Amino acid sequence: MAKNQDIFRIGTGAGFSADRLDSAVELVEHGNLDAIVFECVGERTLAFGHRDRMADAKAGYNKLLPQRMRAMLPLIQRHGTCLITNMGVANPAGAAARTAEIARELGLTGLKIAWIEGDDVTPLVTPATDLPEFGGRVKDVGRPLVGANAYIGADSLLSALAEGADVIIAGRIADPSLFLAPLRHAFGWAEDDWPTMGAGTLVGHLMECGTQITGGYFADPGLKDVPNLTFVGMPIAEVTADGGATITKLERAGGCVTAATVKEQMLYEVHDPAAYLTPDVTADFSGVEIGEDGRDRVMVSGAGGRARADLLKVTVAFDGGYLAEGEVSYAGAGAAARARLAGEIVETRMRQVHSRQEPLRTDLIGLNALHGSLDRPDAGSEASRDVRLRAAMRTTDREAAEMLLWEVESLLCDGPAGGGGFRGRIDPSVTTHSAFLPRDAVPTRTEVIVV
Amino acid sequence: MSRRVALRQIAHARAGDKGNVSNVSLWVNEPGHFPAVKAQVTAERVAEAYRGLLHGDVTRYSLDHLHGLNFVLKEALEGGVNGSLNLDGHGKSFSFILLDIEVNLPD
Repeated sequence: MAKNQDIFRIGTGAGFSADRLDSAVELVEHGNLDAIVFECVGERTLAFGHRDRMADAKAGYNKLLPQRMRAMLPLIQRHGTCLITNMGVANPAGAAARTAEIARELGLTGLKIAWIEGDDVTPLVTPATDLPEFGGRVKDVGRPLVGANAYIGADSLLSALAEGADVIIAGRIADPSLFLAPLRHAFGWAEDDWPTMGAGTLVGHLMECGTQITGGYFADPGLKDVPNLTFVGMPIAEVTADGGATITKLERAGGCVTAATVKEQMLYEVHDPAAYLTPDVTADFSGVEIGEDGRDRVMVSGAGGRARADLLKVTVAFDGGYLAEGEVSYAGAGAAARARLAGEIVETRMRQVHSRQEPLRTDLIGLNALHGSLDRPDAGSEASRDVRLRAAMRTTDREAAEMLLWEVESLLCDGPAGGGGFRGRIDPSVTTHSAFLPRDAVPTRTEVIVV
Repeated sequence: MSRRVALRQIAHARAGDKGNVSNVSLWVNEPGHFPAVKAQVTAERVAEAYRGLLHGDVTRYSLDHLHGLNFVLKEALEGGVNGSLNLDGHGKSFSFILLDIEVNLPD
């Protein structure tokens, strides 16, 4: 226990790759934290990290890492807070080197920066590697392999914690493990104490999405109001040796922590509440008790756990070609009918004039976009006076992607009356599938730079 | 006598995604409403609400002591965020389909 007797105070600095920075700065300045976790990796970010690294051997880590480290390094050193992150994405060594460079630029000394190697298992993937959920092998996907990473667990961070690292940078580690590891280290929990691993995993799961437990992704004005959402604060967990925790936030920050925000986050991306699988444990959230303990303080207890799975999940990423999207707007009387006609024209011309057979979708934004596939869409009114046509296509052919944008833009002159506000974009795309590897095929190792 | 209300008036919900699977958790605000919600918001009823978007089955889990239900919807995201042409490939907006479901509450 570095700072707080009997209680480990751990905060979240980022809940996803593009999360805000000011709320993290505020939390380290005022939170009296033992550790802060920046969770910044999803399956897509990882695949794009591999792509960046192929183009430039020094790249492949989180693009906001320089801004984040510049703001955080002086603060964590001053406050004695350990920064733990997966911002290494596809290049933890590159991320650590850049972090050390920033520390030197800032004139900091005595910072111990650790990084974790071993989650990148691309060399172990062959054309014969089985992808059970896909129902085939790597060679059956028919797309170029981009990279493959195993979800490593809390074990992988323990030696860096034991060495007293100030900054620990990993790549594809399971999100809750980023929180479980410092708790294991602080309290000396045994790795086969499954109920306690389950309790620590619950803390990690609740915290890993940052503000989603302090009022983010929650507000529905009039029914679910969140105070000062504009300045929503990052969460703090006050964890005790038995794995119980109180979730809270800085009093000065916006947002709220209530039983409702905690319940919603407990089952976020969870299927069977009694079997939440991580590399550390099969956690059981089905008996969790949630109780409010004053304003913006919620106590959680009662998580359980069973032995962890023998196999580690591996995300195998493939080149997915391009996603092309073109949009144009219609307003005033008859806007919906004009936008619909415009969409029909784009679809017909892509098929007949350009002979494209790829999946193509047209949406009328304002009428039927997100829920347009429902049998009974919650459609807007046909009398809507402000409708945006969106045409979207996935293709492996760059020229076809550009053709879609050209067709949508041509509507300005050649399409229905009053079309304006064309925008188009082409984004590279990835597809991912899961494979499984035995745990002992994925050894990890810790490297350290001292600045 | 009973009154008919949309779930949005008496409950809150959150959607999450894993690949092509969506899960939506539903939590009633007043514990007294939970029995009526649990009896009426069945997996079948939820599958019906998502018809057109949903191409797999729906599994329901219940956390009775927290007055919550969790619905797992397979093949619900038009391929998932990496394959879907839907603007909302994550299905972040899916909680509001569930919250439109109406239930009868005893007076």
